[in-house]
Amino acid sequence: MERRTLFAGWMLPAVLVAPQLAITVLFFLLPAWRAFGESVRATDAFGLNSSFVGLANFAELFQSSTYQAALVRTFVFCIAVTCLAMGFGLLLASFANRAIRGARVYRILLIWPYAIAPAIASVIFVFLLQPQIGLLTNLFGRLGLDFNYATHADQAFLLVIVIAAWKQVSYNFIFYLAGLQSVPRSVIEAATLDGARGFYRFRTMIFPLLAPTTFFLIIVNIVYAAFDTFALIFALTAGGPGTATETLVVKVYRDGILNLDIGGSAAQSIILMVIIIGLTTIQFRYTGKRAG
Amino acid sequence: MATLELQSLQKTFGATTVLHGIDLALADGEMLVIVGASGCGKSTLLRLVAGLESPSAGRILLDGADITDRDPSRRDIAMVFQNYALYPHMSVFDNMGYGLKLKGLDRATIKSKIEIAAETLGLTPLLARKPRELSGGQRQRVAMGRAIVREPKLFLFDEPLSNLDAKLRVQVRADIRKLQKRLNITSLYVTHDQVEAMTLADRLIVMHQGRAAQIATPIEVFDKPATMYVASFIGEPAMNFCAATITQNGRAAKLDAGPELTFTAGPRTAPDGTKITLGIRAQHATIASGPNSIPLAVEFAEPLGSETLLHGTLPNTTPFTLRVTSPAPTDHTIPIEIPPHHIHVFDPTTGTRMDPA
Repeated sequence: MERRTLFAGWMLPAVLVAPQLAITVLFFLLPAWRAFGESVRATDAFGLNSSFVGLANFAELFQSSTYQAALVRTFVFCIAVTCLAMGFGLLLASFANRAIRGARVYRILLIWPYAIAPAIASVIFVFLLQPQIGLLTNLFGRLGLDFNYATHADQAFLLVIVIAAWKQVSYNFIFYLAGLQSVPRSVIEAATLDGARGFYRFRTMIFPLLAPTTFFLIIVNIVYAAFDTFALIFALTAGGPGTATETLVVKVYRDGILNLDIGGSAAQSIILMVIIIGLTTIQFRYTGKRAG
Repeated sequence: MATLELQSLQKTFGATTVLHGIDLALADGEMLVIVGASGCGKSTLLRLVAGLESPSAGRILLDGADITDRDPSRRDIAMVFQNYALYPHMSVFDNMGYGLKLKGLDRATIKSKIEIAAETLGLTPLLARKPRELSGGQRQRVAMGRAIVREPKLFLFDEPLSNLDAKLRVQVRADIRKLQKRLNITSLYVTHDQVEAMTLADRLIVMHQGRAAQIATPIEVFDKPATMYVASFIGEPAMNFCAATITQNGRAAKLDAGPELTFTAGPRTAPDGTKITLGIRAQHATIASGPNSIPLAVEFAEPLGSETLLHGTLPNTTPFTLRVTSPAPTDHTIPIEIPPHHIHVFDPTTGTRMDPA
């Protein structure tokens, strides 16, 4: 049921929503409008003149093999991060859900990574894995493993996936733990008395009851992996080596800020924006229907 | 079906002892009702038998086999939960089929078993529905169906009627009893409702503070309550208690409120002057003026239709309730008599019944 609060006048509600509206306008609508404007223009090399080029920027993007490569890379990255982060989040939540000694401490520790700023998360991993001085690099070296994410493209890609997933595990953990705690205990007990145990009980009883949580998390994780991992990737590899870790958001930055292709970069942002609006709409539709 | 035996079953949670050692034996096909106020340990007892909790001491034998440490999924016990605990994402059919599938039965057998059970409970038109599309009474029947379809050794009921409205409860109560008799299901049934307990049980176990206050047939519990707790818990309104003293070498008791009553069942062994408590049910005291009558100062009346409850106090301020046929007298003070053959004698310090030697 939707709860509505009734206000006598329009002044108070207006004042209450004003800060949120101001933020939305200042940090979303204005930049988005600006990006849209830039996406249909081409700027000369010195940034002095620009001319209207219609959808040429978009057309160019879809013919560009580097853009297609980044698209595929981002897709793989999203799937990998989502699966890893959700898998581990669910696994850890299942453990935490058992009434064990020290469960509270365990939960708090698991939530910590989420409180760490993305760039800091990368710095932590740099300490561990920096090619020359990293603690783990050293260990890998002794084991005869040549680990150097600055030169090995596949290692770099794997590493950003792991860090991005590591950071998101906490989020999934919190939601899955809440989901598990809302599964009625008596239902699980009934299933147990019916003869179900272990993984079978989890697969046929608990997992289906977590479906709404899972769906919500899939969308959130995809959005996170695709759009919120810029700082993390940028701090660690800046998209390199080569274009090994250049996901769409990183490419927007590299093309626009580093290579000064403002029009092309703006067109990429618009495409990203359309995708994110699409995903959010799907989520709102689905969860809205559920709640109703 | 099977027999069940509990041997000095105990359960402690940390420092609190919830069950102090329960001994119990159920015959094949017997319906035993566990009744008691909340917190008496009745649900814990049921959960121990189900295996959802593990006992701190004692043994559980099902059909002679020790199942104390057996996993609940391997006990072959079915339970009807208070909130029914239906699987929300499954149809009624799948709810009933879940346990059968786990038993390894083939599709055709499962289908025919479910159809038979559904027919018995009038669930046939509902088989395709999800639990959220069912009414409370229908859900209750699905919970029953899910239990009987498995043909388990033992049935456990955890207050299965408490979520139904009063009228439906009476009907379902009768249905459960009929089904239990017909299928000859050995059952343990937990309730806090004494009417449910009296009407369903072959035998009752009245629980009080983690102990079995009395294990007997409903009539025996009513006629010969073993303790003052049982006496006040079973029977509506609760039994009246009056302080008294043993006299005449144990052959009579002098009420603090007045008259002396001679025991009709025989003398008690306690010496004269022993303090005792006499119990008398509200319907057993009568309105009568005589040498042994006591004045009851009526405070208020509760008309129940054909009968009326008169609440008041005896001369020594002992509260007393009298049940009389309507219309009740409207006087402020009514002379009542306590028939000696209806009194129950208790030891006020231990609360236990004192029977003639």
